[in-house]
Amino acid sequence: MSLEEQLPETVAEGQSADELAELLGDLVIDRDDHVNAPGFVIRPDTVQDALRRLRDDAGFDHLSCVTAQEYEDRYESIYHLKKYNDPTQEANVIVPADKEHPVSQSAEPVFRTADWHEREAYDLIGIDYEEHPDLRRILLPDTWQGHPLSMDYDQDQPQIVSLREHANPLQEDQRSDSDSDTMFLNIGPHHPATHGVLHVKATLDGEQVADVESDIGYLHRCEEQMCQTKTYRHQIMPYPDRWDYISAGLLNEWAYARAAEDLNDIEVPEYAQIIRTMGAELCRMAAHFLALGTFALDVYGDFTAIFMYAVRDREEVQNILEDLTGQRLMFNYFRLGGVVWDLPEPREEFFEMTRDYLDRLPEHLEEYHDLVTGNEILQMRTIDTGILPPEVAKSYGATGPVARGSGIDYDLRRDDPYGYYDELDWDVIVKDGCDNYSRLLVRMLEVEQSAKIVEQCIDLLEDWPEDERNIQSNVPRTLRPDDDKEIYRAVEGAKGELGIYMRADGTEKPARFKIRSPCFSNLQTLPEMSNGEFVPDMIAALGSLDIVLGEVDR
Amino acid sequence: MSSQQHPFVTDDSKVLTETRDARLAGQDDRFNSRLREAFGSTPFILTKFDKFMNWVRGSSMFMLQFGIACCSIEMMHTYAVKHDLDRFAAGVPRASPRQADVIIIPGTIVSKFAPRMKRVYDQMPEPKFVIGMGSCTISGGPFQEGYNVIKGAEEVIPIDIHIPGCPPRPEALVYGVAKLQERIANGESSPVVVKPYELEQFGDLERDEIVEQLAEDIDTDDLVMRYNWGDSP
Repeated sequence: MSLEEQLPETVAEGQSADELAELLGDLVIDRDDHVNAPGFVIRPDTVQDALRRLRDDAGFDHLSCVTAQEYEDRYESIYHLKKYNDPTQEANVIVPADKEHPVSQSAEPVFRTADWHEREAYDLIGIDYEEHPDLRRILLPDTWQGHPLSMDYDQDQPQIVSLREHANPLQEDQRSDSDSDTMFLNIGPHHPATHGVLHVKATLDGEQVADVESDIGYLHRCEEQMCQTKTYRHQIMPYPDRWDYISAGLLNEWAYARAAEDLNDIEVPEYAQIIRTMGAELCRMAAHFLALGTFALDVYGDFTAIFMYAVRDREEVQNILEDLTGQRLMFNYFRLGGVVWDLPEPREEFFEMTRDYLDRLPEHLEEYHDLVTGNEILQMRTIDTGILPPEVAKSYGATGPVARGSGIDYDLRRDDPYGYYDELDWDVIVKDGCDNYSRLLVRMLEVEQSAKIVEQCIDLLEDWPEDERNIQSNVPRTLRPDDDKEIYRAVEGAKGELGIYMRADGTEKPARFKIRSPCFSNLQTLPEMSNGEFVPDMIAALGSLDIVLGEVDR
Repeated sequence: MSSQQHPFVTDDSKVLTETRDARLAGQDDRFNSRLREAFGSTPFILTKFDKFMNWVRGSSMFMLQFGIACCSIEMMHTYAVKHDLDRFAAGVPRASPRQADVIIIPGTIVSKFAPRMKRVYDQMPEPKFVIGMGSCTISGGPFQEGYNVIKGAEEVIPIDIHIPGCPPRPEALVYGVAKLQERIANGESSPVVVKPYELEQFGDLERDEIVEQLAEDIDTDDLVMRYNWGDSP
C-alpha cells in the first residue's frame, strides 16, 4: 500500500514494521498498512500463533479492539494491537475469511478480551470464530435472524424476540444441577443498581457469588450503522454525544474528530485545541461526579446526600458547558478542524464564572472526601473488595480509571498526546490498590487534575491575542477520503480508551465505522472481580467499573 | 386558628406542657387550618367522587425508577437538587413497579428491551400513566433508521404525554409532569392510535417462514414479541 511512508515514526522506537514482519515470518501472507499502523495479513488458521508472537516477543500486550467487516469478495477481522507501555506503538493483524463460509481462528486463548469482541463480530457481521469458548449472540436477542451489518441483510424482515427471563429463582429447575445448592439470582435489566439496562445473571453459593454473567444489548441502538449511513463532514458528529451520555459528550466527539481529522489530513488551530481541551476536561469532571454519586448510591442506598451533592456539582459544570456550547448534555460542539463557535461573549463573564467554580471546587472535594473516602463504612465495603490484578486487567483490555486503579500507568492524554495536553502541567493518577476503593479514589483525584487543566486553559484563552482566535481551519464542504484508507485512533474518554476505526471507500460516508468502547472491555472484568465475593460487593464492583450502557451496547 | 400569633417557642419542656394542656383542655387547634376557615362553619364539602379521586391521583404521583438511556441522566437531574420534581407532588421514585403510578420512559427502546418494558408496565397497578421522554420514545429519534430500534414507545405501550427533545431539559420534563397532572385531574386520557406489539405465546403466532425457522428454538408456550419492521412508520 502507498501509505507505508506515512507510518508513524514512533514505530521505529520499538520495532519497525519490517522487524515485526520478520518476527511473524511466513505467517504473513500480505501487507495492508493502515494510516495509524502497519497491517499484517495472515491466514485465518494462524491467528493465535501470530498474536502470541506479537504479544510475547514484541510486547504488544493490549488487544485494543477487534473490527470485523464484509467486503465484496471476503470477510475480514482486524485485531488492533497496542502496548500498555507506549500506545503509540501499534500493529494490526488482518485476517481475511472466506466469503461463503467465513471461519477464522479465535484469539480468545491469547487475549481474554477477544471473547466479547469476537462474539460481537459474530453477532453483527457473521464471522464464525473457531475454538471460541462460547460463540453466541451478544448484542442482539438469541432468536435474531441474520447479521445486520453484513451486506445481504434485509432490515425489513420480521423478527421474533422471546421473553424467557423472570423465571422463579427458587424453582427446582433453576438450580444448576440437582444435588447442588447454588441458586440463580436474576438482576436487571430493570434494576436501580445496574446503571441502566444491564442484565446480570448471578449464581449464588450461599451468600457468595459463584458465577456472574452479564447479558448486554438492551440498549443496542445501532450506533455503528447510524454512522455508516451519515456523511463525515457534519452528520456523524451528533452521534458520539449519545455513546457515553454521562455529560462526556465532548470527549466522545473528540474521538470521532481525531480519527476523521487524521483520516482527512485536517489541521486544527491551536486556539481551538485549547477550547477543546478545556471543554473535554469539564466533561470529564461532570462524568466523574456522576460516577461518584451513583457509586455512593450503590454502596449506601437510596438518594443520599452524596448523590445530591454530586448532582449539584454537575449542575454547575453543566451550566458552564451550556454557556460554552448551548446545550446541557448533547453538545454537538466540535467540528472537523475545530469547534463550532468561540467562547460566549462577554468572555470575562465566562472566565469569571468558570474560575468561581474552580475556586469552590477544593471545598467541595474536601466534603466528598469526608463523606465518602474518609468514611469508615465505605472503606469497609470497598477496600480489598472487587480485586482486579493488573495482569488480568491487561488481558481484558481494561483502560481508564479501571486500569489506573489497578496500577497500570496508561493514559492516552499523556502517552499518545493530542489536543493541548502535552503543553499543560498535570499528572496521571495511578493507584495500585486494585480494589473498588482505589478505582473510586482515582476518579476523585482525576477531578482535581481536570480542574488544574481547565484552569490553565482559561489562563491561556484569556491572554490569547484577539486577532488570532482561529476556531476552525478550512475544511472542504464535502470530504471524500481515498478508497481503502483505514485508520484507528483513540482518545482518553471518561471511562477509558475510546477508539474509532474507519474505512473509507471513496465516498462521503465511511464504509465501516467501528467504535471501540472502553466500557465494553471494562465490563468483561466483572466476573473476575466478583466471583467469590458477596452480592453487595458485586454491586459495588459494578459501580466502581462505572459503565454506561449506551457505550457498552452502542 | 386563633387570631393571636404565638411566638416561636424553643424550650422543649414548655412545648410539651403546652401541647398536653391544650389536648387535655380540648382546645387543640392543630387541625383548624386556614383551609378549614375558608370552608366556613360546615365540615362537609360537596364534590363528585370521581373528581375528587382524579384530583388525589394527580396530586400524589409515585414515579417508577426506570432508567434507559441518555434521557435518564436528565431525569435524575430533575429528581435531584435544583429542579427537585418532589415540589410538584411527583418526586418519589419507586424501585418496584408494584408501587408506582407513573412510568417515565427515558430513552431508546430496542428489540431486546421492549418485551421487558412491556412486562414492567404490566406489573404496575391500575390506574397507571406513561410519560414518553425524548424523541426516541416518539419516533425512535436519531436512531429511527436503526435495524434494532423500536420506532417509538407507543408501539409497545400507550403513552399519555410526549415530551420532545433530545434530551428534553429538566424544565421540560417538569412541565410535562405538570401537564399530565392537570390532565389526570380533569379526567382526560389520550387515545391510543398505534396498534402495539403484544407479548403473546409463540404457539399463537401465525405460522410463516420466520416462525418455522424458530420453531426448534422456542417453546410454543414461551412469550414472544413479533416485530414487523416493514409495517413500522
